[in-house]
Amino acid sequence: MGDVLVLVDVVDGSIRKSTLELLTLARRLGTPVAVWVGGGCDDSAVATLGEHGASAVLVADVSADHPVAPVADALAAAVAATSPVAVLVPSTADGKEAAARLALKIGAGIITDAVDVAADGDRIVATQSVFGGSTVVHSTVTHGIPVITVRGNSIAPEAATTACERRDLPVTLAPSSTLARVTGRTVAAKGGRPELTEAAIVVSGGRGVGSADGFAVIEALADSLGAAVGASRAATDAGWYPHQYQVGQTGKTVSPQLYIANGISGAIQHRAGMQTSKTIVVVNKDPEAPIFELADYGVVGDLFTVVPQLTDVIAKKAD
Amino acid sequence: MKIAVCVKQVPDTWAEKRLLPEDATLDRESADGVMNELDEYAVEEALKLVEAAGGEVVVVTMGPERAAETVRKALSMGADSGIHIVDPGLHGSDAIATSAVLAQALEGRGFDLVVFGSESTDARMSVVPAMVAERLGWAQLTFAQRVAVDGGEITIDRVTETGFATVTAALPAVVSVVEKINEPRYPSFKGIMAAKKKPVESLSIAEVGVDPASVGAAAAWSAVADFAARPPKAAGVVVTDEGDGGVRLATFLSEQKFI
Repeated sequence: MGDVLVLVDVVDGSIRKSTLELLTLARRLGTPVAVWVGGGCDDSAVATLGEHGASAVLVADVSADHPVAPVADALAAAVAATSPVAVLVPSTADGKEAAARLALKIGAGIITDAVDVAADGDRIVATQSVFGGSTVVHSTVTHGIPVITVRGNSIAPEAATTACERRDLPVTLAPSSTLARVTGRTVAAKGGRPELTEAAIVVSGGRGVGSADGFAVIEALADSLGAAVGASRAATDAGWYPHQYQVGQTGKTVSPQLYIANGISGAIQHRAGMQTSKTIVVVNKDPEAPIFELADYGVVGDLFTVVPQLTDVIAKKAD
Repeated sequence: MKIAVCVKQVPDTWAEKRLLPEDATLDRESADGVMNELDEYAVEEALKLVEAAGGEVVVVTMGPERAAETVRKALSMGADSGIHIVDPGLHGSDAIATSAVLAQALEGRGFDLVVFGSESTDARMSVVPAMVAERLGWAQLTFAQRVAVDGGEITIDRVTETGFATVTAALPAVVSVVEKINEPRYPSFKGIMAAKKKPVESLSIAEVGVDPASVGAAAAWSAVADFAARPPKAAGVVVTDEGDGGVRLATFLSEQKFI
């Protein structure tokens, strides 16, 4: 079996769970080889990658002063060094763009937002869930080394302890890769909640929340569950909750173990971003709201009485 | 400043979408075609930049005959002229070919800036702006929530996982915008009337200068093996709150081992 490259996603110095998911998927296709772009790949990082099956980590110590393009240069150098059977990249904004540039550099087809990958004889088949999860598509790359971006939370990471060797990867940046320069970074207040696309549980609010203040009950429930907070387009457009938390066709796509939709009617715009969640719970005043069609469990009622009551029960259980 | 805005006609955001059984391409006929929502923000941003610093806005699209409606929409918002790349041979093109056609059409026309919406609501790949930047060898400044041009230099705030990064480059550059960047204007009656007289250049693959064998479904570097509608979800339990809705919900979550 050949090597399968996995781009390591590092945020605030730590390896994101999506990387471990990709390593788990990569083991089905061949021998996982991690690609680390930037600094900070210490012994504990190498150990974590090895625990999830990486046989090696190729470290491209390129400057973080230029967005995206150098990551594609590093991946192209890793492809040249290993001749892999596939390249797996996390489906983040940066990941998809790096994969896009890589595909052009190595003359390969690209599939984005896979939720599963599998070997089928000598080809690799990616599963995508499109049109808001209403259609399941199996695709293959028919030219070059498959470059596939994989959505977070598509698979549970599994440990597979492997001796992982750290190797330096020399990278020559393309002239156009350094044209754009990062001059500053602003970190938005996070409030200690998990990242939306990585969270096991997402609690969302929509039009029924009624105001920015109303989101306090959504946040309280989320915090009782250790969940991320999401919002529908109606809520972010009204300015009740920041845009980066929007779940839907024009926002983020989430696929958590549990999705709790509060005061959200369930237009296609929103369903497109959450329909593949494993378990869906709905609280809505309107029994005719289309979101109930997706519900594993639904409560027809006022979210301002149902949600705080639920939060109370969870808090008492935790005591 | 000469700005190109690349727009795409997509099925109405609120319509159910499906793939055609015969060739696994998107059914574009059964729903109304609209300008991709994020592209409206791209048009708006280009118009604002030109209103502030002078110049012209050229709207560029690749798509079937009816995509001319989307070019016209951008013209009615205020763009000065249009380029419509239309050719039956383009049907089924992948992002690799699309980016090649767009880059070839943009090259050599004196553009300082190319603006995209950061993603289309149909394919949702979000890769074409990066591919066009790679092909043109221009600076890539994508996922912008703010754009400012000062002389020959452009600065954006790029949305990141943790906040935003301020990124700067010399022109020419490729920009993509996210929806929080502005509030797109509605075409005025005057704008709609004026749009009818604005020039739109229609280009075939040959006129763009791309090898016809490198575009279309047959030349795509990825292919759909099969597809199916997701099996309908088994109907769940829906209860009406009678004062104990939260408690009953907690019981369900407990049974499912979430709490």
